[in-house]
Amino acid sequence: MADEVIGTKEVNFQDREVPDETVGEVFVNNPRMTARNVSVYYAEKLAVDDVTLDVGSSEVIAFVGPSGCGKSTLLRCFNRMNDTIDICRMEGKINIDGDDINDPKIDVVSLRARVGMVFQKPNPFPKSIFDNIAYGPRIHGLARDSVELDEIVERSLERAGLWSEVKDRLDQPGTSLSGGQQQRLCIARAIAVGPEVILMDEPCSALDPIATAKVEELISELREQYSIVIVTHSMQQAARVSDRTAYFHLGKLVEVGETKQIFTRPVHRLTEDYITGRFG
Amino acid sequence: MTRSTDSGLLSPQEAAVRVAASLKKRGRSERRFRYLGIAAITLSILFLVLLFAGIFTKGIPGMFQHYVTLDVVLDKGRMDPQGDMSEASLYSGDARGLVNESLLIALGSPEGRKAKRAARSILSSGSASRLTEFTLKHPELIGENVAVKFAVDDDIDSFMRGFISRETPESDRRINDETIEFVDRLDQASLISYEFSDYLFTGSASRDAEIAGIKGALIGSIWTLGVCLLIAFPLGVATAVYLEEIAPKNRMTEIIEININNLAAVPSVVFGIMGLAIFILVFGLPRSIPLVGGIVLALMTLPTIIISSRAAIRAVPPSIRDAALGIGASKMQTILHHVIPPAMPGMLTGTIIGMAQALGETAPLLMIGMVAFIVDVPGGVTEPATALPVQIFMWADFAERMFIQKTSAAIIVLLAFLITMNAGAIILRKKLERRWQ
Amino acid sequence: MSLTSLIFTLLVIGAAYFYLGQHWGRRQWALGSVNLHSLPKYYGFWTGLVATVPAILLLIILSLGDDFLFKSMLKQFYPLDVLDGDVVARAIAFTKVMNLVEGVRFGVPEPWVEAAASAWIGWQKLADLVIAAATIGCSLAAGIFAYRKISPAFRARNGVERIILWALIACSSIAIFTTIGIVLSVLFESIRFFKLIPFQDFIFGLEWNPQFEGAERAGSGGGTATYGMLPMFVGTFLISAVAITVAVPVGLFSAIYLAEYAGSRTRSVVKPLLEILAGVPTVVYGFFAALTVAPFVRAVGASLGIEVASESALAAGLVMGVMIIPFVSSLSDDVINAVPQSLRDAAYGLGSTKSEAIRKVVLPAALPGIVAAVILAVSRAIGETMIVVMAAGLAANLSFNPLDAVTTVTSQIVTILSGDQEFESAKTLSAFALALVLIIVTLALNFFALQVVKKYREQYD
Repeated sequence: MADEVIGTKEVNFQDREVPDETVGEVFVNNPRMTARNVSVYYAEKLAVDDVTLDVGSSEVIAFVGPSGCGKSTLLRCFNRMNDTIDICRMEGKINIDGDDINDPKIDVVSLRARVGMVFQKPNPFPKSIFDNIAYGPRIHGLARDSVELDEIVERSLERAGLWSEVKDRLDQPGTSLSGGQQQRLCIARAIAVGPEVILMDEPCSALDPIATAKVEELISELREQYSIVIVTHSMQQAARVSDRTAYFHLGKLVEVGETKQIFTRPVHRLTEDYITGRFG
Repeated sequence: MTRSTDSGLLSPQEAAVRVAASLKKRGRSERRFRYLGIAAITLSILFLVLLFAGIFTKGIPGMFQHYVTLDVVLDKGRMDPQGDMSEASLYSGDARGLVNESLLIALGSPEGRKAKRAARSILSSGSASRLTEFTLKHPELIGENVAVKFAVDDDIDSFMRGFISRETPESDRRINDETIEFVDRLDQASLISYEFSDYLFTGSASRDAEIAGIKGALIGSIWTLGVCLLIAFPLGVATAVYLEEIAPKNRMTEIIEININNLAAVPSVVFGIMGLAIFILVFGLPRSIPLVGGIVLALMTLPTIIISSRAAIRAVPPSIRDAALGIGASKMQTILHHVIPPAMPGMLTGTIIGMAQALGETAPLLMIGMVAFIVDVPGGVTEPATALPVQIFMWADFAERMFIQKTSAAIIVLLAFLITMNAGAIILRKKLERRWQ
Repeated sequence: MSLTSLIFTLLVIGAAYFYLGQHWGRRQWALGSVNLHSLPKYYGFWTGLVATVPAILLLIILSLGDDFLFKSMLKQFYPLDVLDGDVVARAIAFTKVMNLVEGVRFGVPEPWVEAAASAWIGWQKLADLVIAAATIGCSLAAGIFAYRKISPAFRARNGVERIILWALIACSSIAIFTTIGIVLSVLFESIRFFKLIPFQDFIFGLEWNPQFEGAERAGSGGGTATYGMLPMFVGTFLISAVAITVAVPVGLFSAIYLAEYAGSRTRSVVKPLLEILAGVPTVVYGFFAALTVAPFVRAVGASLGIEVASESALAAGLVMGVMIIPFVSSLSDDVINAVPQSLRDAAYGLGSTKSEAIRKVVLPAALPGIVAAVILAVSRAIGETMIVVMAAGLAANLSFNPLDAVTTVTSQIVTILSGDQEFESAKTLSAFALALVLIIVTLALNFFALQVVKKYREQYD
C-alpha cells in the first residue's frame, strides 16, 4: 500500500509542520487517525516528544524501537488509555476521522468503541468464552436481541479464526484456552465492538512461535477492514505484518516510511543501527 | 441492519450509531454509581463526626465542675484531736463539722434543722476528706483561716448547668426550693466557680458523680498493659521469627499457623472465659487482678503482633541473609544481627497497635472480675484493679446526668491515649523505616 | 521469700554464672589459646542460661502445682458430710477454708475449718521454703554442671543457639496451648452443663430463663429455670443481620470508591478516618448506642407512630454495623486491589465506563474475596460483646422484629459470668455452653472464609 503514501500537497490539515528529528513521510492521503505534535509526560518525565504521524485507513503500521522509547505510550494515547494513569499528561492533538479525541464533547467510551485495543498479555475476563465476546456488544447496546448477539459472537470468533476451535465450548471460561487462543479471543473481543482502528501493544510477546504465526496471519487478514497499529519488539514481525514502520528513539519519532524501505534503505543513522542490530 | 459486506459484523458506522444511542443512559448509571460511592463514604464520615461530636459535647463539660469557695478556720483542736498531725488523727477529726459551719456562715447562718439540711445538701459528701487532705498537704496552715474550694453535690451541679429547671414543681425535682435559694445566695456572693475538675484525674471510683475519677482505673489499665506488653511482645516476636526464619514446612508448623488464624477469629469475650476457667478456677489466681487481665489480653493481641512482625521480617530482603551466611555467620547470628534489627520498627509498630487494641478491650476483663467496685488505687499487678474501659462501662450504667458527662470525659481520655499510641506507631514507622533499594 | 525476690535471686545467680563463663573464655584468650571454639561471651551465655532456665521452669511448675497438692491434703480435715456430699458441698467447704486463710471471717468458723486453715497456712510457709531451696539449689547445681562442661573444644555457641531454638519453639507453641486452653476450658464446663440440662433442650429450647435458677434451688416457687438457646440465637442473628445490612453496602461502596474513583488526596484523608472508626473501642460504641442512637431510633419510631423498644435490636445493630464498616471496607479494598490491572485495561479498552468495568469485570472477579469479607464480618458481628451488653436488652424474646428488644449469646455470657458466680449451678455452666456454641460458629465461619479465599487465590496463581 505504498502508493497511499503521498506528498504534502493534497492535505487538508493546516499544521503540517514535521518536527526536525523525523525523517520520512509522516502523512498519508486518507488518514484515519492523525497525531500532531503529541508529547506525553509521566509526572515531569517526558515519554513522547513532539510526534506527528498519520495512521492510514486500512493499513498496518508498526511502531518499533528500543525499550522505553515511548512507542507504547503513544499507542495508548490513540484510545486515551493513558487517562487511567493519574500522573500521565498529553499535549498536542490526535484526531480520528477529523474529530479531536480529546474534545470534551467526545465520550471516551465511544472513542474506545471505535479504537479497540489488544494488550501485551492475553487478558480474557474470568468469564465464559461467549461472555468475553459478548461483553462489549452488551455494554454498548450493539445487539438488539439475543439472536443478534449470538450472531455477533459467532462472526467475531470466525473473523478471529477461533470459531472452529471453540464453537463447542463457548460456556467454558476464557482462561481455559491456550495462550495463543486467549490472545485471539481478545482480538475477537475487540472486533465484536465494531471498531475502525485496532491498537495492538506487543500482542505476541507472551506467545510461542506457532501461536505468534497464527496471530500474525490474523493481522494480515484483518488489515483489509481495519486500521491496525502494532507495537512490536520483533523486527521480523514488523517486517512480516506491517505496511509502514515508524521507528522511535528516546520518545522521538526518528523515521517513518514504507516497511520495505525502512528495512532495506533506512535513511537515518539511528534507524540503520537499530535494524542492523547494532543496539537495542 | 447495516452489515459490512464480507464479515457479517456490524459496520463501524452502524456500531458508532448504536454506541452513541447508549451513551446517555450509561452516563446516568455511571453517575449514579459514583454517587453511591460518595454517599457510602459520606455516611461513614458522618457517623464518625456524630460519634465524636456526641462524646465531645458531653465530655468537655464533664471535665469541669462547680466548686464553692469557703473560708474555713482550721481549728487545731477539732481537726487534729490527737495533736500529733498524723494521718490517723486528722482523719478522726471533725473536718465535716468545720466545713458545714463555714458553709452556714457563708449562707448567713440560717436557722432550723430543715434549712441546715438544705444547706448541707449543697456540698459534696467528699468535702470533709477534701479538707483533711488539704490540711495534710499544708500542715503549716493549721489554726489559720483559709479559703478552700469544695465540689458541689452533683444535683447542684446539674442545677447550675441548667439540667434541673426552677420551673419544675418542687415535688418533681431532686432539689428543693430552699436549697435553690441558698445556691443563688452563694452564686450572688460569687462563691461558686466553674473550673477544671481536679477529681477527674485524681479521684477514684465513687458512687458520687462529683468526686468520681479515673485515677484508679487508669493505673489499673497501665498495670494491665504492662503485663500484656511484657508477655505479648517477646512471645509474638519469637513466634514470628520461628515461623518466618526457622520453621520447617511440616505438619507442626501448619498447625501453629492454623491456630494463630483461629485465635485471631475468636471473639474477645471467649479469651475472658478462658482466663476465668484456667487462671482463676484451675490455677487459683485471685480475681480482678491486672496480672490475669494482662495475660488474657496478651493472648488476645498475640495474633496481631505475630502477623505484623512476620510482615516486617518478610520485608528484610533475602540478600541480607545470604550476605551474612556467606561470611560464615550461623543461622542464629544471622537472625539476631541482620534480620531482627531491621525488622524491629515494623514489629514495634505492630506491638503498639496491639497494645492500643488491648487498652480499649472490655469484655474479657469483665469475665475475670476486673469489673468490681474498687476504691483503692492498685499498687501492683496482684492487687484488685479495674481498667479504664471497664470504668466507662460501669459509669455508663449510672443514670445521673453528671455521670453521663463524666463517662464522656473518661472516653475522651481513653480516645486520647489510643490516638497517641496509634500516632506514635505511625511516627515510629516513618522514622525508623529502613528502605531497601 | 517472696516470689519477686526469688526470681531476682535466680537472675543474680544466672548473671554470676554468665560472668564466670565469659571470664573463663577471656582467660583462655589471654593464655593464648587459639582453638577456642566460640567467643568468650557464648561460654558466658551457656553457663548463665543453663543456670537460670531450668530453675525458672521448676519455679513455675512448683508454684502452680502446690495448690493442687494442698487441696488433696485438705481432705483429711473435711467432716464426713462434706466428703460424702456432692461437688458443691466440697466447693463451699473449700471456700470457707480459703476465706479464713485470707483472714476473712464470717462469724465463728467451725473448729475443723480453723484447723484446716492453720494447716494450710503452715503448708504454704513450708512450700515457700521448699520452692526457694529447690530452685536456688537447681540453679546452682546446673550452673556448676555447665561450667564443668566447658573446654576450649566445647561448642558453646551451638549450645546457646540450641537453647534459643527451643525457646523459640516453646513460644510458638503458646498459640496451640491457648487454643487448647480455650477449647478445654469451655468444653469441660459445657459437658457438666449437659449432664444437668439435656442437650436437645438447650439447642432447640424456645425459652431462656436462667434467672429462676436461684429460686428453684431455694425451693420457693415462682418459675422453672429453662435453658433454651434459640431466643438468643435468633437475637444474635437479628442484630448481626441489621449490622451486616448497614456494614456491607456502605463498606463495599466505600472500598470501591476509594480504590477506583478517589484521587490519592481523597484516599489519604478518608482512609485514616475509616481507620479511626475501626480504632474506637467497642465500649465507646456501646455507650453511644445506648445513650444516643437507641433514644433516637425510638423517637423516630414514635413520630412515625411505630412502637420501638428502648433497647431495640435495630439501634444495637446499626451501631454495630458502623463499627464493622471499616472492617468490610479494608478487606474489600484488599481484594479489589488484587484484581489484576490487565482486566481493567481490557474492559476500558473495549469502551466500558468506569462503573461498567467495576460492576461487570472487577466485582465478579473479586466476588469470592468479597464473600469471604462478608463472612468474616458476620463472624465479627456474632462475637461482638460490649455494644450488645450496653445497648441490647437482657430479655430473651424470641422475635424476628428488629424493633423489639432481644438478647444475644455474648451479652448473656457477660451477664452470667461477670460478678459473683455460684458453684456448679446450671446457670453458671450455661454460659460455658453458650461460649462453646459461639466458638464453634465463629471458627466455622472463619474456616469457611479462609477456604473461599484459598480458592480465590488459586484462580490468580
